[in-house]
Amino acid sequence: MEPVLLRARGVPGSRSIATYLAAGGYEGWKRALGLGPDAVVKEVLDSELRGRGGAGFPTGRKWSFVPKDHPGPRYLVCNADESEPGTFKDREIIEHDPHQVIEGIAIASFAIKANTAYIYIRGEFVRWATILEEAIGEARAKGLLGTNVLGSGFDLDIWVHRGAGAYICGEETALIESLEGKRGFPRLKPPFPAVVGVFGKPTVVNNVETLACVPHIMTRGAAWFASIGRPRNTGPKLFCVSGHVNRPGVYELPLGVTFREIIEEHCGGVRGGRKLKAFFPGGSSAPVMTADEVDVKADFDACAEAQTMLGSGGVIVLDDSVDMVAVADNIAHFYAHESCGQCTPCREGSDWCADILDRMAAGHGRASDPDTLLRICRFSSEGMTICPLGDAYALPLSSMVNKFRAEFERRIADATPLPQKRLPVLPWTGPRPGFGI
Amino acid sequence: MTTRPLVVATQETTSDVKFDKTMEDRIADVLRRYPTTRAALLPVLWLCQERFGWISPGVISAVAERLGESAAFVEGVVSFYTMYYTSPPARYVLQVCTTLSCSVCGGRELVDHLTAKLGIGFGEKTPDGSFQLVGVQCLGACGNAPVIQINDDYYEDLTPKKLDAVLDDLKGRR
Repeated sequence: MEPVLLRARGVPGSRSIATYLAAGGYEGWKRALGLGPDAVVKEVLDSELRGRGGAGFPTGRKWSFVPKDHPGPRYLVCNADESEPGTFKDREIIEHDPHQVIEGIAIASFAIKANTAYIYIRGEFVRWATILEEAIGEARAKGLLGTNVLGSGFDLDIWVHRGAGAYICGEETALIESLEGKRGFPRLKPPFPAVVGVFGKPTVVNNVETLACVPHIMTRGAAWFASIGRPRNTGPKLFCVSGHVNRPGVYELPLGVTFREIIEEHCGGVRGGRKLKAFFPGGSSAPVMTADEVDVKADFDACAEAQTMLGSGGVIVLDDSVDMVAVADNIAHFYAHESCGQCTPCREGSDWCADILDRMAAGHGRASDPDTLLRICRFSSEGMTICPLGDAYALPLSSMVNKFRAEFERRIADATPLPQKRLPVLPWTGPRPGFGI
Repeated sequence: MTTRPLVVATQETTSDVKFDKTMEDRIADVLRRYPTTRAALLPVLWLCQERFGWISPGVISAVAERLGESAAFVEGVVSFYTMYYTSPPARYVLQVCTTLSCSVCGGRELVDHLTAKLGIGFGEKTPDGSFQLVGVQCLGACGNAPVIQINDDYYEDLTPKKLDAVLDDLKGRR
């Protein structure tokens, strides 16, 4: 397909506003200002755009949840806290076309009548935070942001806010807490951010890629956007492919291509002529898929039918040289490190899984380990925690144990078990200390 | 790409921290972006780290006082995030990504190489204070694995040989 979100990649000077304007940039913003907020929301609803950050929630609907009669300020937050392992698409958009994001933020802010927008970008992305700040400065100088934008009477300020290293701040309520200057502890929902968000005001949090789609919907229309992909799974999507492929990178493809096409055609197949063993379809939080599932379509609904998720579109490809116990161990450590620590099942469970997998990887697995892992995962998923990080580690780990059980069993068969530690418990016969008054 | 070395902490900056005019101006510029003072905490901590090299107990007290928070609250926030240094860092902090894509595409070899070359493990500094090795979680550049972030800059598609050239260059500049 012709590139939409990545059309500026490879164009010299693509980051400057001059290049962006010459390519028809900010036309969507002008059209939105003419249409009015309600018509903008309707256009995005009709496009069937779904959030690109991981959950796939319809963007127009999210915007429509903001109470219409709310008197005070409202906020739009652009989520650029890209931290899901295997995901590097937002960085690509910002690197080549930051104005696309700024225009999307402007349109979305106007749609929900927010006069202040924040871009929450992960702390490590110093370079990309600077690129965004420069782009905001350029747009402001042209009167596209600031007070009374293009004579419309609408005011808009956009601020870049850097995080400081916490995966959990990609979760929208943790992001809001962090933006308020606190530790990134996810909030219990409801109330949802659309009603009570940042600084206690109605807030919409949208991913960078989602917002980058918005200008194109405004200029080319909802029908054009919906003609890409298939019903309920519309539009272009950025797939980030990493791991054992010949040409890793960011690919823009219509939703609904198969993972086989992504891996074999676009990425030139598995590296070194090896065989595909497994892949994560949407970042490491998505349940793993085996080589037999490579013909599943890469869109929200098809992935859900296959008991996994499209997530952020971060495809991690693993060839037949990898050891699934080591992969599980690596992933468990990531989540054990990134669990915010609020909920016991996630804080303790991710740590326990990492400990058990460390022991298995070191050659001391026990026959009971796979079932213990599954039990810990079961108690950490499906609503047992405030935010989805509980599921984010439990679902991929349990999928790995289930789909590659033979490999786990083989590791255990070859293992040298360590003696199990038990606390010495002696029967107490004398008077009870401290209670024998 | 020229990676700037980090500020070397001095004794004064760690205990009794005072904000000068430049710093106060920068803090004021941050404060006007948010409806609450507390929201400026993360950006102000960034300014302090840039200026003083690390978030010392003295910095925590000064920030707490300036923003009207308790030192305990500020310390709680500092300790939650991984990127604020709570001890003086080396001039170049080598943050090696240890997550899946990097790990299976040469990241582990890179760690072995660094450990052997510099004689330090994760969390340690070279005796001359030039380099510090840190294992970090996904840096979000998986397509160009393996990746190392040195101070603020990303170095991607690395091999031990390329990394040697980078380190020699940084060491030479001092």
